[in-house]
Amino acid sequence: MSVTKPLPHDAAPLHVSGAARYVDDIPTPKGTLHLAFGLSPIAKGRITAMDLSDVRAAPGVVMVMTAEDLPFANDVSPSIHDEPLLADGTVNYVGQPVFLVVATSHLAARKAARLGRIDYTEETPILTIEEALAADSRFEDGPRIYAKGDAEAAIAQASHVIEGTFEIGGQEHFYLEGQAALAVPNEGSDMLVHSSTQHPTEIQHKVADALGVPMHAVRVETRRMGGGFGGKESQGNALAVACAVAARATGRACKMRYDRDDDMVITGKRHAFRISYKAGFDENGHIQGVSFLHYAICGWAQDLSLPVADRAMLHSDNAYLLPNARIESHRLKTNTQSATAYRGFGGPQGMVGIERVMDHAAHVLGLDPVELRRRNYYEPAHAGVEEPVQDKPLGHPDPHEDLTSRGAIETGRSVVRPVPAGGNTTPYGMEVTDFELHPMTEALLESCDYATRKAAVEKWNAENRVIKKGIAFSPVKFGISFTLTHLNQAGALVHVYQDGSVHLNHGGTEMGQGLFQKVAQVAAARFGIPLEMVKITATDTAKVPNTSATAASSGSDLNGMAVKAACDTIRDRMAAYLAERHQTDPSAVVFADGRVSVGEESYSFAEAAALAYQGRVSLSATGFYKTPKIEWDRIAGRGRPFFYFAYGASVTEVAVDTLTGENRILRTDILHDAGASLNPALDIGQVEGGYVQGAGWLTTEELVWDDKGRLRTHAPSTYKIPACSDRPGVFNVALWDGQNREDTIYRSKAVGEPPFMLGISAWLALSNAVAACGDGYPAINAPATAEEVWTAIQRMRGGT
Amino acid sequence: MNITFLLNGETVELADVDPTATLLDWLREDRGLTGTKEGCNEGDCGACTVMVTDEAGSKALNSCILFLPQLHGKAVRTVEGASGPDGEPHPVQQAMVDLHGSQCGFCTPGFVMSMVASHANGTTDHDTQLAGNLCRCTGYAPIIRAAKAVEDQPVPVWVKDKPVAAKPASPLLPKSSDELAKVFAAHPGATLIAGATDVGLWVTKQLRNLDPVIFLGGCDDLKEISITEDEVRIGAMVDMNRMGAAMADLHPSYAETIRRYASVQVRHAATVGGNIANGSPIGDNPPALIALGATLHLRKGDERRSIPIEDFFIDYGKQDRAPGEFVEAVSFLRQPDRLKCYKLSKRFDQDISAVCGCFNITVSDGVVSQARIAFGGMAGVPKRATRVEAALTGRPWTAETVQSALPAFAEDYSPMSDMRASARYRLETAKAMLERYFLEDQGELTNVLEVSA
Repeated sequence: MSVTKPLPHDAAPLHVSGAARYVDDIPTPKGTLHLAFGLSPIAKGRITAMDLSDVRAAPGVVMVMTAEDLPFANDVSPSIHDEPLLADGTVNYVGQPVFLVVATSHLAARKAARLGRIDYTEETPILTIEEALAADSRFEDGPRIYAKGDAEAAIAQASHVIEGTFEIGGQEHFYLEGQAALAVPNEGSDMLVHSSTQHPTEIQHKVADALGVPMHAVRVETRRMGGGFGGKESQGNALAVACAVAARATGRACKMRYDRDDDMVITGKRHAFRISYKAGFDENGHIQGVSFLHYAICGWAQDLSLPVADRAMLHSDNAYLLPNARIESHRLKTNTQSATAYRGFGGPQGMVGIERVMDHAAHVLGLDPVELRRRNYYEPAHAGVEEPVQDKPLGHPDPHEDLTSRGAIETGRSVVRPVPAGGNTTPYGMEVTDFELHPMTEALLESCDYATRKAAVEKWNAENRVIKKGIAFSPVKFGISFTLTHLNQAGALVHVYQDGSVHLNHGGTEMGQGLFQKVAQVAAARFGIPLEMVKITATDTAKVPNTSATAASSGSDLNGMAVKAACDTIRDRMAAYLAERHQTDPSAVVFADGRVSVGEESYSFAEAAALAYQGRVSLSATGFYKTPKIEWDRIAGRGRPFFYFAYGASVTEVAVDTLTGENRILRTDILHDAGASLNPALDIGQVEGGYVQGAGWLTTEELVWDDKGRLRTHAPSTYKIPACSDRPGVFNVALWDGQNREDTIYRSKAVGEPPFMLGISAWLALSNAVAACGDGYPAINAPATAEEVWTAIQRMRGGT
Repeated sequence: MNITFLLNGETVELADVDPTATLLDWLREDRGLTGTKEGCNEGDCGACTVMVTDEAGSKALNSCILFLPQLHGKAVRTVEGASGPDGEPHPVQQAMVDLHGSQCGFCTPGFVMSMVASHANGTTDHDTQLAGNLCRCTGYAPIIRAAKAVEDQPVPVWVKDKPVAAKPASPLLPKSSDELAKVFAAHPGATLIAGATDVGLWVTKQLRNLDPVIFLGGCDDLKEISITEDEVRIGAMVDMNRMGAAMADLHPSYAETIRRYASVQVRHAATVGGNIANGSPIGDNPPALIALGATLHLRKGDERRSIPIEDFFIDYGKQDRAPGEFVEAVSFLRQPDRLKCYKLSKRFDQDISAVCGCFNITVSDGVVSQARIAFGGMAGVPKRATRVEAALTGRPWTAETVQSALPAFAEDYSPMSDMRASARYRLETAKAMLERYFLEDQGELTNVLEVSA
């Protein structure tokens, strides 16, 4: 069967030969125009005058547009319509698009975009947490609060109390392919848009609103992205809308791609957080209660910040049963890029919070950090799996809701009604029934020889003055499902042609994760045919409508199931026809090894398809899937937001140069739970890549804004993602031999986001190495750049 | 100007090329070869890597900051030409497929071309060879597996390019320093382009119109390295990979800093002369050369002069170079190797230094007889630490002497804070580098790159 095979990425032969097409590679119609934005140079102010005459007069310029020139909606927000395509009177961050240049070449557009003369009345921008709090500049009326039991009382009664505050930096996605879109005007009012997006339906929705046409007049196609990581969930809206509006105005195809520096200056990044914590433990290291205060820096527009900050709260437990917990989350509005989705979607920040608490507590209590963690794990899962169930319709749909958006969610004041203490439940009242980490931790510690290596690290540190080593373990428990419940649905369209070849389409998008290959493996398995007979096709809003973003790690879970449903429909029709022809029961028709067998008779799949066609059987079907069992009230902080959890565990060893803080990852061992993996090779790729990206977030990737709100790290020359030699010197990755307890596609588990958080062990290992420099707790911030590590060492040594 | 080069084995002749049109734009927009990708347009990501072959061999270069005239007489191979004439994959391509080296695929053509070049040259230091190619998806592990898997496979005949015979193109492409001296004297306002690793960004990022420009790539006499019993002389057009190789035996710590200087692609283009002449306060060659006591040789027309290299750097953005004058070479005396260079940056590979400290301290009979210390990143120019040198010279080479010299750093330098480092971190790590030099001299392990699990 084609599932579970470690096959290469379907497009790998195209990737390596340069034949894989991205948006900027698509041959364009004659006369295609190119777009660039003129950007705000200030962080906050009012536009008092705009002189764009030099822009209009620049070579190659065909048209210049401002907010006033937009015929319909001036809106590219994925949530509450607070993000205009072009600034409408005010500017809110350095880099905000103010005007649009349409020119005959990319270079001409870029050159002209720098010639705008705009007068502003500058206002004082809000750039820091302190400034935002002082001005009460925030999204939602007040903080959101989730609680379980009585954290304050439990902490007060605990024998050991720890507390602290630390910073967690944001992160630039640095997808290698920058944002890009191409709009081609079709006949009448129709528009075809090629977009590098994780969310074609939202592009369709936004373009339709901007053109004043129904969604049926806009077709969006996405073959692949050169990386997304959440950065192409909403951030592609502006380019697609700009291209469509300009294409409508000029009647010519319009293309826009951001230069890298523009991309980094304009688009949103991972949310930076400040987390304060206070936790009580007993002398054996059992946590009694914990209280978290989250400050999320959301930037100037809401975008997806509410569900991001929610997910940070929902991962404040990580793998630990917290008897009493309180999480208070503030979503601060600042005059910086609007922070957006990024792999983990807030989960990593929340998880770093509790891992910091565990690390700090182990240090104070003098316990092995792994042992302390294990004592606080959730109860292990019982044996067996859950049977399939049918989902029921959602309770109260709203006909006026902005349905395509991931961010348009209910808001209101938190009324704190704590989840009862006790039980194997999360701080939001979900019972944890599939906890895999007890045996996984045991297996990982043994395979990586943790105890011996920990002793060796201590010996090394006793013998070496300058270079100190550190070793740390961290687990991951990550919730799988969109927290906005209605997004947990997917559609597919499958055709079987009369020659037996199969055309496969679904709502998920390919950004490198291998989704298309996994889903094609599902289709091939359902028909019992070789994978080569399945044609993977570009995501297309005209084939599968009303799709959700390919996000929240949901791609294979949702689309795999939808494709399975479509294939099974066709297979059942073929079986029924052949059974009737052979006067037998459809259950006697077997699809396997490229053949269809009916009793003694056996046809090739192509023959069976030809027969069915001649028998006037429909060989085309849609498929649909909705995730069962989930319900979530984000205001109360209660329910079952996740269908299941994905697990992982890692051990990282590092070396630190205490003279300068420079550091390296020496070795990493990972055991990750992908359920019954659909494709172990692709899943290991997600784990390796996710770990390195997560470790990069917490080490070298530092975003720096100056006191005017200008991003100073807006190119790879200044923003440092991991390079080749930054990967662990020894890098052992294995998949946990298990299966999903819940009834997912072939009992596999989502794998896009969870491994990212395995990188937390690298940050903790640095803390462990710094701890060898003195007696106190290192209390490092993230990212732990060389300078941050050096600063922590100075603190440890009694400096300032 | 009119230029000739080979593209994937076929001769290309271009007339009246825009001298600052990049190879990447030409490939993608004029030639329709979209396999080569634009990731950053500044030579930092490697997605646009191509292989260029000239008399000196085949090398990986970033096509986004490579101007068309720089290709005159050379052979270019893009990812479309990595596969054989009948579509058979290059071993590197097959290994990348089989070992899962691509995910989103956007960086992949660049990786493939870096690997094709590296494979053709038989190099196996893959981390160094691929330091200039960024991948955001894979975590690099499968790419390195692929690179290792093909080490022993033969180089396919179709990637063995030969440079093409080409007529002299233009006076703006001089073939010798004499021709350069003449044409530069005639156009003293011209921009000199050596490797274009810095000037390229003036065009791709600052969107400047440069006119006229003079390309130095044909001046073979400026590419000479001469090492005699007494002296080392490096021509201005020696690229940084050759410079690194030349330093490997003489001053290995300098060579190691060069290994971390940008990337293979950038080092193939970047020149010693360019790194000095552009006067950047964060170039890594000047502090090393100052510490070595190097002499800079300048030429204008037929006039030549030589100055201590530290005197060249007058102030931020201001060098001791007259209009029409150019750097011809840099030289320094052969000397026992006491040079240590410490490059401090956020990332080890392919990162601009926050601080680059170079120490050349001679100890005779336990006493510091001479100290030459210079830093990049600590001032508006590459600058000597004269007060620190004074605090060490003539004193016993002990931990106490080192400690007593540390306060002098604050007299020599008042560094600034920026996105790379704070002023305090710069000043304190500069001091730590002197301590490191001493500890290293005592045989203590101080290099985190030498530690393994």
